[in-house]
Amino acid sequence: MSEGSEAKVTRDGLEGVRPGREALTWSHDAGRDARGDDAAQPRAGDARQPASEAAHGRRGGGRRRRGGRDQFTSYYGKPIINAPVWEERDIAGYLFAGGLAGASSILAAGGELSARPRLARRCKVCAAASLGVSLVALVHDLGRPERFINMLRVFKPTSPMSVGSWLLGAYGPLNATALTSDVLGLAPRTGRAASLGAGLLGAGVASYTAALIADTAVPAWHGGHRELPFVFVGSAASAGSGFALLAVPREESAPARRMAVLGAVGELAAEQLMERRLGMVAESLHDGLAGKRLKAAKALTALGAIGAASLAGRSRAAAAFSGAALLAGSALTRFGLFEAGMASARDPKFTVQPQRERLLAAEPNVPA
Amino acid sequence: MARKASPANWPLLRQLRGKDRLGRGAAVRSQATQANRPRTVESDRVVKSVCPYCAVGCAQNLYVKDDKVVQIEGDPDAPHSRGRLCPKGSATLQLTTGDAREQHVLYRRPYARDWERLDLDTAMDMVTDKFVRTREAGWEWESEGKRTRRCMSIAALGGATLDNEENYLIKKFLTAAGIVQIENQARVCHSSTVVGLGTSFGRGASSTLPGDLQNSDLIVLEGSNMAEAHPVAYQWVMEAKARGATVIHVDPHYSRTSALADIFVPLRAGTDIAFLGGVINHVLSTESDFREYVVAYTNAPTIVGEEFEDVGVDGLFSGYDEEKRGYDPSSWQYEDAFVAAAAGQRDQEGNVEALAGEGQDRDGEAARGQPKLDPTLQHPRCVWQILKRHYAQYTPETVERVCGVPQDVFAEVCRLFVENSGRERTAAFVHGVGWTQHTIGSQYIRAASILQLLLGNMGRPGGGVMAMRGHASIQGSSDIPTLFDTLPGYIPMPHAHGHEDLDKFIAGTAARRGFWGDMRNYTVSLLKAWWGAAASEENDYCFDYLPRLTGSHSTYDTVMEQIKGTVKGYFLFGENPAVGSANTRMQRLGMSKLDWLVVRDFSLIESATWWKDGPEIESGEMLTEEIATEVFFFPAAAHIEKEGTFTNTQRMLQWHHKGQDPVEEQRSDLWFMYHLGKRVRERLAGSQDERDRPVLELTWEHPTEGEHEEPSADTVLAEVNGWNADGEMLSTYTELKDDGSTSCGCWIYCGCYADGVNQTARRKPAREQNWTGGEWAWAWPANRRILYNRASADPEGRPWSERKALVWWDSEKGEWTGHDTPDFEADKPPGYRPPPGASGPAAIAGDTPFIMQADQRGWLYAPAGVADGPMPTHYEPQDSPVANSIYPARQRNPAREVYEHENNRYHPDPDEPGADVFDVVVTTYRLTEHFTAGGMTRWTPYLAELQPEFFCEVSPELAAERGLEHAGWATLVSARGCVEARVMVTDRMTPLQIEGRTLHQIGMPYHWGANGYAKGDSMNELSSMALDPSSHIQEVKALSVAIRPGRRPRGAARQELVREYRERAGITAQTGMRP
Amino acid sequence: MSTTGERPELSGERPELSGGPPPAPEGGLLNILLEHGDPAGASGWQEHPPRMGFFTDTSVCIGCKACEVACKEWNEVPEDGLDWTGHSHDNTGGLGADTWRHVAFIEQRVPVGGHQPNFQRAPAAGEEGKDGFRWLMSSDVCKHCTHAACLDVCPTGAIFRTEFGTVVVQQDICNGCGYCVPACPYGVLDKREEDGRIFKCTLCYDRLGVGQEPACAKACPTDSIQFGPLEELRERAAGRVERLHEAGVIEARLYGERPDDGVGGDGAFFLLLDEPEVYGLPPDPIVTTRDLPRMWRNVGIAAGALLAGAIGSFAGARR
Repeated sequence: MSEGSEAKVTRDGLEGVRPGREALTWSHDAGRDARGDDAAQPRAGDARQPASEAAHGRRGGGRRRRGGRDQFTSYYGKPIINAPVWEERDIAGYLFAGGLAGASSILAAGGELSARPRLARRCKVCAAASLGVSLVALVHDLGRPERFINMLRVFKPTSPMSVGSWLLGAYGPLNATALTSDVLGLAPRTGRAASLGAGLLGAGVASYTAALIADTAVPAWHGGHRELPFVFVGSAASAGSGFALLAVPREESAPARRMAVLGAVGELAAEQLMERRLGMVAESLHDGLAGKRLKAAKALTALGAIGAASLAGRSRAAAAFSGAALLAGSALTRFGLFEAGMASARDPKFTVQPQRERLLAAEPNVPA
Repeated sequence: MARKASPANWPLLRQLRGKDRLGRGAAVRSQATQANRPRTVESDRVVKSVCPYCAVGCAQNLYVKDDKVVQIEGDPDAPHSRGRLCPKGSATLQLTTGDAREQHVLYRRPYARDWERLDLDTAMDMVTDKFVRTREAGWEWESEGKRTRRCMSIAALGGATLDNEENYLIKKFLTAAGIVQIENQARVCHSSTVVGLGTSFGRGASSTLPGDLQNSDLIVLEGSNMAEAHPVAYQWVMEAKARGATVIHVDPHYSRTSALADIFVPLRAGTDIAFLGGVINHVLSTESDFREYVVAYTNAPTIVGEEFEDVGVDGLFSGYDEEKRGYDPSSWQYEDAFVAAAAGQRDQEGNVEALAGEGQDRDGEAARGQPKLDPTLQHPRCVWQILKRHYAQYTPETVERVCGVPQDVFAEVCRLFVENSGRERTAAFVHGVGWTQHTIGSQYIRAASILQLLLGNMGRPGGGVMAMRGHASIQGSSDIPTLFDTLPGYIPMPHAHGHEDLDKFIAGTAARRGFWGDMRNYTVSLLKAWWGAAASEENDYCFDYLPRLTGSHSTYDTVMEQIKGTVKGYFLFGENPAVGSANTRMQRLGMSKLDWLVVRDFSLIESATWWKDGPEIESGEMLTEEIATEVFFFPAAAHIEKEGTFTNTQRMLQWHHKGQDPVEEQRSDLWFMYHLGKRVRERLAGSQDERDRPVLELTWEHPTEGEHEEPSADTVLAEVNGWNADGEMLSTYTELKDDGSTSCGCWIYCGCYADGVNQTARRKPAREQNWTGGEWAWAWPANRRILYNRASADPEGRPWSERKALVWWDSEKGEWTGHDTPDFEADKPPGYRPPPGASGPAAIAGDTPFIMQADQRGWLYAPAGVADGPMPTHYEPQDSPVANSIYPARQRNPAREVYEHENNRYHPDPDEPGADVFDVVVTTYRLTEHFTAGGMTRWTPYLAELQPEFFCEVSPELAAERGLEHAGWATLVSARGCVEARVMVTDRMTPLQIEGRTLHQIGMPYHWGANGYAKGDSMNELSSMALDPSSHIQEVKALSVAIRPGRRPRGAARQELVREYRERAGITAQTGMRP
Repeated sequence: MSTTGERPELSGERPELSGGPPPAPEGGLLNILLEHGDPAGASGWQEHPPRMGFFTDTSVCIGCKACEVACKEWNEVPEDGLDWTGHSHDNTGGLGADTWRHVAFIEQRVPVGGHQPNFQRAPAAGEEGKDGFRWLMSSDVCKHCTHAACLDVCPTGAIFRTEFGTVVVQQDICNGCGYCVPACPYGVLDKREEDGRIFKCTLCYDRLGVGQEPACAKACPTDSIQFGPLEELRERAAGRVERLHEAGVIEARLYGERPDDGVGGDGAFFLLLDEPEVYGLPPDPIVTTRDLPRMWRNVGIAAGALLAGAIGSFAGARR
């Protein structure tokens, strides 16, 4: 007989006992077992296929009415990932200052090698100052600043922040040595070696921060993880050279002017590539506050580069203006990208849609 | 930072040295992490306890370190809860050890604006003093010429959250002091279950246990929000589903229970009798009942007297008295036989005397013999035919019209019922207060009982009626009742009659046949337990010491007496009527008329602070400076701070041990009652006044321990169990005698201390016994887990079906055997036939399972006991926007109890002008995250954050119609009051088609009040005092209201708005009062 | 390195698709990031117990929130405010520093026949026919990923892989740098502002250590939360889905159980009755560090380019 249930209580005890977790739920057909209907078959005309594949591709949640009043396929429109808890001033600020420091060290080293003492010294000062600002910002952003030393507890190649900590750990002292020896005129050999070292590590300091923010689930940042390093070194270069244009007399700033152009061109080009690859996530770079900042950044960077390429060589004022524009442009790029990341984290669509598209691409057999 | 500074511990080095090259595991684990050990392991001892919330009674383990409870978890050994806990149970650590509990006595002087501290000893003295003086002042020897020997000036409320031992002392002492107005949550929660199940089967408690639901083929949850109110018990419903059972949820409101049911059937609140009547009609008209069972075990064949008239066009049964607004049930009796009910309205002395006049004996013991039967069920006056005629009009069309249940859905439910009942299958009903809290609540339970009898589901595995009770010991506070109308073990409280004695009392209330035939044994043993040596045959065992009833003294009648000024002193034991009782405004009004009020609780609940911050203070209707009531707040001890027993929803007494001492002035209710009793006795010592003898002669000596002199709950439980003349513990109630040689505080609990061992402390793990868990704790009666289980076997004693075997007759051993303790005399063979004239147990034949019944049969038709008719009949709720289309002449239950008071006005009949003002139906329910009136949960942050605000659930359709915005505010108004609630627009509420028009329903949880961490208006500001006549339970599960967008007015404007609505509806003192 | 046969196209060249290994020609040491089988072993635990995890079967969840409370009681997680959201019965919001278990409530009108509603709403005014309705409940928790981004990016080693293969934040080490917060593809970790450190589910590491099950799983009244060795749970889950499909509940699907998914499989996985995003879960999460080798490569190239550019700038510069 078709039994409503296996609930048997014989003289020997219970039979067919099953743990409650095996309860057949959401199956209205269960109620029909008693009548002997075959609950195993989905109802006639039911063309649906089991969702084991669906889980890995089929779309369609969004078409149904949801709890709450919203239509979008999300959980009450809540973000899926948690947005970074980083203070904009601290971290975006550090992205800029770190880049400036790194590029300045490179210029300083160049100045040292190419006998441009003013370029060298002023860039060392700039590097040291920006690094100081950076360290303060980084420690300040910690939830437990007194535990900053834990950063050197391990060395984790899987963590750009760990790598960065050790990098700064080495870069800082070199920077300081280079500057002291220069200013006090002590141990010139050591000083020179130090500034060369700082220059080399500076390149790392200027670029690793790209990995730092790209190595997250933040759609706008991670999505750009290929181009971001180039955007960042470009931005660093224009910042460093921007400073040089501003602070160093024309006769010694020629390299900076060229570097400014290279940096700006690199930055803008890389950013174009990045935005194309980001697809719909690029919205987060175009809309809102991030959009405003990045538009301004591009304009200023371009302006600064053109200035550097043309008038800056001839007029101190023009050089200063171009430098300022480049610095501002670089800063706005960093703050713009930071904000874009935040925006892309806050809206679930930036997390969900790219993943959905990826799944669809992965399973061509499932109709979109 | 716990990490040692030693460079050897520098993770970088460990990283480079060891296997964890990337520093993501072993290398970076800190010493602190390594040293971390769970407090469950660090504790000194594990103490066995029981969750203090609902009546599932989940077993808990208390982890104790340095005599402080540091963690509370479920006990995996428990057969009923299996170590699982709901959010409330999981939060009991915060409840008990959190900072929300008061630690000191607080005192409010008359007219004072605020509390002041008072030391415990002084407070106890003051309360003692007031108790003695108020008792004296309010003493009453006689009422209308009949001896009452009582004190009407003091009342007590609360007990369902207390231990049985505490309830026992409260009932014992207050009764001895002459106080009759003793009530607890059981009145407002499940009193109608006691009447409904008691009259139908013989015992007013759940017939089964949640754990047996796993054996059901069909589970019908109706009037119960089980998954939310009893989540841990719901695991057994899931277990049944896993075995293929079908689960149906019938409810006005789609809840978390509905979400996992196979079929959800939305119906109009207050129409369950019409719905169940429809199913009964289906079963009878298609003859799909379990006929052998019905003929052998129910009163279907019994012939009813000619005097009986079924409900006619006037909507009345025979015997109605317009004057008394009630029935004289004598015309409902069997032909030539007079049977007494096992529960409900049992005082039949008047009738008995009358019958004696006619030379007829009770139970038809005279020559005319036993009730007449027609096994063919053809006799026009046999119960079967009467039932069939009565329900003939409850057709599927009627059900659709009245309940709003589409005919196809209804047909599906009927089909499932029939297909999953009978010889091979069993179906179970699960109900909660969704059924009980109606002006005809007892009949809801009766309707389910009738269906279960017809389908042969009683006493069988996977069958029965599972009453889900709400409080940790609310079953216990019904068994050892802090209730006005019963004595321990459901012995009725005596009513005032002319020169009544023990014999007359027994004759007038107890059945003669079956186990109620031994009521004299139970009563005398109780009197011995209370008055010991003083109770002797000469003085009728002090029967005269018992105060007498004159009508109903339910908590709602008490409120009226408070308002009248009769009641001057009031005790609240862990109950919060200012939030939880119907018409909370009347509750506060009543309390404001008191001389003194004693509140015992964890925190300052609304019932303790109404005089300074209640709604009437806010509105200016009451002025704190003008309220004379003296208020004493005593901080109570929690379950982890005392030992004793809770009786859970499956009649199981579980002993909980003590994990820690209460702090400061926190004390158990056992301590409070015991020491108040001692002080009162000291105060009265030497009094020669007859009035004081019951108090002075009362047995009131229990050993105490510790600096607080905590009385021993253990000895109280022993007194409840009882002993014989030699002081040996009794092992079962059949040992009780009526000659004064035995003493027993509650006969149905006799055996809980068998062999001098506390049986309720047994903790044999589930894996070592069968599903009934017979050796885990102890269940009344006689440790039987499934009642009437004799009915699982056929008259010859063989299981009806080998796939539904529970107990059966072992002819070799000559005894009943099986998986459960037989609910039958163990050695009485199926073939036993009582000798003529036999009475008591001897009169029980070997093939009649309902051993508490006067005729040992399940009552499809109740010839006595239910005040509003022998058969459930559909009447509309007190406040309903829908006309009664089944009995157009009778809108409401003609026997219901209503109260005429300007703060308790009712709504118009649907055909009266102004009826459309209150056009939406509200039903109330509980949320998983909160508990009843919120006194325990609103103060617990972990729970408060889960459901922080009072809200109302409305359908998108109603929202659109009334302009209600999701997450906005709505104001709900009734003739009693108005509240504001957040609006939850949800598809879970759905409009119904009733009588050809669309009817909207609103779902509302009722947990909130003005105090605590999570605050909100109380739903019960809206409800009215209108009661079921048999059980005096209020109707809060179905009432009509008006709803409009926006927040409610503040201050005086609040009642202004109510007045305005009353006027618009043309409400007067007569509105809704028509019988 | 395991790439399953079913999805060969995912290997090598299509790194942005889930399940594949990174191109990482120079991944070197980082290849360990791709270990699927034995995360504990890969993290330096030689003799270690089997990997433990959660299987949360949302099809038997009654939304009681016992898990939320039991978790808070055991781990002494602070109550975090009274906020009535109006989002069905969810007044918790989502996982975070003060919420390690979160029960989601989703109310859906579903086409009758398209799903198995246990109740059909009366046709609303003007509407034709009936709508099916269902109410989904699901208890979310940290996924204890095989490839845990939070753990990879943590600079202090505060977050570590336990011998049970679970992922735990050591509160005596964490300095609140917050890197793990945006690294998690599920939005599990967050900073407790008043404290400064990061908190999340520990899968009751302390209890596991003495053979006790996590508080939430122990409390769960309907066994919706199942705890045990991950391998067992995966088998049980596969059987469960099959049984539900047979019963016609074809929308049932497992989430996070596949060792070849973007995070190498979750230590805490789920049975869902709708698309993941409906529950607030990412449909196809990928551990961000899977692309880290490429990031480092590009960082290196970029740094080189910067130096080269600088040299160029100086070399070509006239005095």
